[in-house]
Amino acid sequence: MGIAKKMSAPLLGILLFLLFWSAAAQRIDTSLGEFPRPIAVLTQMSALYQEHRTERQKERAFYARQEIRNAQRAERDPNYQVKIRPYTGKETFIDQMGTSLLTVACGFLIGMVIAVPLGVLVGLSSLLNAACNPVIQMLKPVSPLAWLPLVTMVVSALYVTPDPVVPKAFLISMVTVTMCSLWPMLINTSVGVASVDQDLLNVSRVLRMGTLKHIRKIVLPASVPMIFTGMRLSLGVAWMVLIAAEMLSQNPGLGKFVWDEFQNGSSDSLSRIMVAVLVIGLIGFLLDRGMLLLQRWLSWDKAAAVR
Amino acid sequence: MSELLVISQVDMVFPGENGPFTALEGVDLKIKRGEFISLIGHSGCGKSTVLNIVAGLYRATRGGVILNGREVREPGPERAVVFQNHSLLLWLSAYENVALAVEQVFGRGSTRRKSRREMKDWIEYNLNLVHMSHAMRKRPGEISGGMKQRVGIARALAMEPDILLMDEPFGALDALTRAHMQDTLMTIQGELHNTVVMVTHDVDEAVLLSDRIVMMTNGPAATVGEVLDIDIQRPRDRVSLADSAEYGALRAQVLKFLYDKQRKVEPIATNSRGSSHGNAVPTARVA
Repeated sequence: MGIAKKMSAPLLGILLFLLFWSAAAQRIDTSLGEFPRPIAVLTQMSALYQEHRTERQKERAFYARQEIRNAQRAERDPNYQVKIRPYTGKETFIDQMGTSLLTVACGFLIGMVIAVPLGVLVGLSSLLNAACNPVIQMLKPVSPLAWLPLVTMVVSALYVTPDPVVPKAFLISMVTVTMCSLWPMLINTSVGVASVDQDLLNVSRVLRMGTLKHIRKIVLPASVPMIFTGMRLSLGVAWMVLIAAEMLSQNPGLGKFVWDEFQNGSSDSLSRIMVAVLVIGLIGFLLDRGMLLLQRWLSWDKAAAVR
Repeated sequence: MSELLVISQVDMVFPGENGPFTALEGVDLKIKRGEFISLIGHSGCGKSTVLNIVAGLYRATRGGVILNGREVREPGPERAVVFQNHSLLLWLSAYENVALAVEQVFGRGSTRRKSRREMKDWIEYNLNLVHMSHAMRKRPGEISGGMKQRVGIARALAMEPDILLMDEPFGALDALTRAHMQDTLMTIQGELHNTVVMVTHDVDEAVLLSDRIVMMTNGPAATVGEVLDIDIQRPRDRVSLADSAEYGALRAQVLKFLYDKQRKVEPIATNSRGSSHGNAVPTARVA
């Protein structure tokens, strides 16, 4: 009964949403046909999964053929150096999900490595805070779309290697994500650090703690709840920014998928884009839940991690 | 007995929004080793400010404080403070809170260095002193207000301070818990004979615990009004003292000072001036 009662409201909500969607979809005619209904989207979802499986089978077959061929050549010519050629099939939807997740993770982690220490410094010194705050407040609302051309040019100018470890498009998307996800973490960390209870600062003074110990033992733990709040906000921003960045930089992730389908303009395109929309939403939700779980696990303040 | 602590001609002026505010003027006090002193006065009279100056958390505008023949210039563990709001680190257990102080005072680089084993025993000894052995592993969020304050006292005692400074340590507790805490403190005093300066606004608490009560005049420019010696024999028992004439007379003297000589006229609602003075202390804390 308990579970049934708990689940009934969310299920009802989802059901109503699907009904509303179906009803609305019938009334919208686009140049690519009727707006996709839930059933069409479901069909495309399984189609995309099938494509993924087919592609993987092709890949396996390719490597199997290559192995046999290499073995035969090696038999005929003992001096033959075995070469493995990589499979160059197109990325499937599932691969693109993976790329997106990797890009957002890298961009977010780099943002964190920059923002949290900087936030601690800014929070500790009111002088530094006064100096940085105008710049932070001004850069915070800048859209990723505004950063993207600049990031593209800068990355293209600086990242010139004959043998690139990661594709340029990946770097561009990642840096754009970092640029946009810095600010919530930076602001929340600095506010958290600046608002540590005066009594605790007095304890530290009475104990004559050195600066580093003071930060490690008092300031950082005290501001952990705020830092986590900032990280959750930042991860949400990062995921949202990523899709736009991938669209324009052609990083082979979900953003590129949406863009390619839009350009493709087949009768299935809208359904496939709708699949992407739902998956993007679901992944965003799961990322947020993941951060929440991490916060519950790591932070001492369980009350701060309720929602 | 020689003087352990000398507070000499201390003035304290806070810069305020409406010009400088003189909180203290010419505060003089000498405290002997092993004495228990209460600072009592109406709220906003600057008694906590005196304590914070002794702690080194504030610098006096004029005059100064000498402890053991050396001028107090900054906070230090030889002047341990028990704050009104426990001020425990919420992410550490009771044991770890005391351990943080013990490691800082007796750890590496200390002249009074203790080994790991000695530190552990010392932490447990102090928690035992305040009857917190059973909840050593609990975090502040899991224990009551009285227990938190006990841990705060254990942390201060564990610093083995020359002088223990208590800023309304039981002010936030309910009456029964407060009485219990006062008894615990008296028992500990009976064993350790620490020098204590306690800020309070509770007349009974002051009379029960103190060797001397320092009564402060109302601010602005508050100073020491009268000093009352409490010669009641120790150990003191609150129940039998309740009927004692000696206790009653001393209590009456404090009440007379507070409500007769230093009556505080404070309108209930429209005390914009009064409250701005009252706020002068907390705002200066942040600065």
